[in-house]
Amino acid sequence: MLKVLYFANLREAIGAGAESIELPAGVATVGELRAALGARHEALLTAKNLRAAVNQKMCGMDAPVADGDEVAFFPPVTGG
Amino acid sequence: MEVSVQSGDFDVGAEIAALSAGDVDAGAVASFVGLVRQDKHQGYAEAVAAMTLEHYPGMTEQALTEIVAQARDRWQIRSVRVIHRVGKLLPGERIVFVGVSSSHRHDAFAACEFIMDYLKTQAPFWKKEETPAGGRWVDARESDDRAADRWK
Repeated sequence: MLKVLYFANLREAIGAGAESIELPAGVATVGELRAALGARHEALLTAKNLRAAVNQKMCGMDAPVADGDEVAFFPPVTGG
Repeated sequence: MEVSVQSGDFDVGAEIAALSAGDVDAGAVASFVGLVRQDKHQGYAEAVAAMTLEHYPGMTEQALTEIVAQARDRWQIRSVRVIHRVGKLLPGERIVFVGVSSSHRHDAFAACEFIMDYLKTQAPFWKKEETPAGGRWVDARESDDRAADRWK
């Protein structure tokens, strides 16, 4: 299983902050996961400057994803 | 405890005092306090009535701790305190506190600014503003990326 989290405007567009899914067949990177989930969540495909984290570490779309990981998608951060 | 993410306010005076309490080798304390701006100059429909800060529990604390560790690698720092509030805040309310003590002022000034610049671009927080015209998520600013890049 994979835990997938969404934050900020992405969470609102998708209508959920978290979901648990089976790692889709053929998905080995964050970018491939984004494309696979994009079939259900269009906001993942249309988001500009989409950022991601795997197991709570900021990463690029080429970062590897494996079963049991926590993957988060979110817009650029705006704290402070 | 160096890093806190909390909904409640903080006492700026007490936090600054704590940075050098009992430390007779601390010669300097620098601090920064970030506040919610109303931004009414943009027009009434755009004025901020309230702001809600969202974060990624767990990752946010880790990211702040990592930023503090990077600051410790670069400057001679004695004590550090980072507090970031989450939840709903009103114009004029405090959002963030960064305080650094060091033996000499340069390290405290530089580390304080570095921590803020990295917090702005690396720590997972997102601001949503409530205005008379409705809610809007704050866009990231390129100027914040440039501010963080100059430390590289």
